Amino acid sequence: MNVEYRMEEIQLEAFPHIQVQHLTVAYGGHVALDDISIDIPERCITAIIGPSGCGKTTLLKSFNRLIDLQDEVTVKGRILIDGEDIYDPRTDVSALRKKMGLLSQRPQVLPMSIYDNVAYGCRIHGIKSRRTLDKIVERELRSASLWEEVKDRLRSPAARLSIGQQQRLCLARGLAVEPEVILGDEPTSALDPLSAERIERKFLELKKDYAIVLVTHIIRQARRLADYVIFLYLGKLIEHGPADEVLNRPKHAKTRAYLSGHFIEDASP
Amino acid sequence: MDVRKLRDSLARRSMFTLSVAVLSLSFLMALGLYQRSRPVLDRISLRELLFSTLWQPAQGHFGLGAFIAGTLWVTAIAMAIAIPLSLLTAIYLSEYAHRRTRDLAKPVVDLLAGISPVVYGVWGVVAVVPLVRDHLMPFFSARFPFFPFRSDNFTGYCALSGGIVLALMISPIIISVTDEVLRTVPQAIREASLSVGATRWQTVKHAVLRKARIGITAAVILGLSRAFGETMAVLMVCGCAMRVTPHSVFDAAYPLPALIANTYGEMMSIPLYDAAVLMAALVLFAVTTLFNMAGWGILLRFESGDM
Repeated sequence: MNVEYRMEEIQLEAFPHIQVQHLTVAYGGHVALDDISIDIPERCITAIIGPSGCGKTTLLKSFNRLIDLQDEVTVKGRILIDGEDIYDPRTDVSALRKKMGLLSQRPQVLPMSIYDNVAYGCRIHGIKSRRTLDKIVERELRSASLWEEVKDRLRSPAARLSIGQQQRLCLARGLAVEPEVILGDEPTSALDPLSAERIERKFLELKKDYAIVLVTHIIRQARRLADYVIFLYLGKLIEHGPADEVLNRPKHAKTRAYLSGHFIEDASP
Repeated sequence: MDVRKLRDSLARRSMFTLSVAVLSLSFLMALGLYQRSRPVLDRISLRELLFSTLWQPAQGHFGLGAFIAGTLWVTAIAMAIAIPLSLLTAIYLSEYAHRRTRDLAKPVVDLLAGISPVVYGVWGVVAVVPLVRDHLMPFFSARFPFFPFRSDNFTGYCALSGGIVLALMISPIIISVTDEVLRTVPQAIREASLSVGATRWQTVKHAVLRKARIGITAAVILGLSRAFGETMAVLMVCGCAMRVTPHSVFDAAYPLPALIANTYGEMMSIPLYDAAVLMAALVLFAVTTLFNMAGWGILLRFESGDM
């Protein structure tokens, strides 16, 4: 009950940006997410945690409908963003994805120059003016603290950057189209500790303006960043609530087992 | 010595020898062709052989110009048809089609790639030649009486027929390779592009094709090389009229491979004839090699730019 109360407190502070209602996702016969209902608060970092194959990434990618790309996927239930059901057939999927910036597991630079990577989304959405693009590119690269490192070689291929720089470039590319929500799919898992820390700091800055949803398998990262935690296990929502609540005083035996590093099978319900 | 080690060294040596043998075969072929065409090269300048269009073996004139022009012309028409056709099909199969459609279409495409050229040739004679003769040629020649449509060849046996048949022959190869190449593009590239709000087509055009362009170039070169050397189809539908440099897609053309297949072994009583035909083979060999090398040169430059 205590948890419920705290949840309401957070919701009062902020309008829930993403509302998931009875979401069930299946790939062919395999149910990846089973009847998930949850509200994701605005201007917070929400961490989705759980063991591999629990549906973390599926939940994340259902927010920008990237799961549409999977073969034989069926989605039941609703996801409301700004009060609109994104699985409504009338939804403009490109516009939805523009709203939801994605930072993927391995930095995925596009096969073009550093400049063109950042300008990519803006050009897609019809910005042609050289001066506007220059301004956006500089602003976003500065904001991703990459400008000083690359300002003299904006025309060179993005693939030549280090992995850590590439991930910051991807962040700049995502922010250049001014999204409302940032989705991170284990965005630091391929990075060295220093680059990972830079991304984490950046996230803490960004949460002032954005709702951030972060999939992570690093519990310490969830402790460092998250305001709100969702624990999934085998496609089921086991527990969710304010970070302090879920991470320090988990109510459910499975959550306790996962957080303390035990096999979940061993946990008594 | 240990038997296992002996076998290992034996295997390595025999494989090395075989590889060297296979690789040196192409050099030997070039050398052999050069040796056998020496007689004509000694008498007639290379310039006359390559650029003169006068082919009168009985009078000792062996200009290959018309045949080289015919080869280039038919290949160009074939590529103009095949490249857009194949790329769009491959893009559809790999990026848009449902998995089941793809699983069904892919074996059919591979099957088409394996059909004997003579079957395409026969199909060209019974289907493409009448189509060109009865519909395309009268229509285009009357409405657009200028290059490259004006012609007085009403038979239907022409460069365009050859180009259409060749295009359909090489398309399955280009489709198959391009589709494989597109499938090696990481899904994450598409996700990265889609997630800034790009449409599917924008994603294909700006991200996927860019990432795959090296492989696609290779696929096109593969098709081009095949079109260049293909004999049977062009022999059957191109018209093969002597001493004609095609000025229109509806003119007859006489590509090099058709010349070689048609005449080698015949009319050997004419002096220098066989040397001249082998010279034609050497030219074909050289041009194909050149195209391949140019293609791979482009690829290497792309790769060193590590885009």
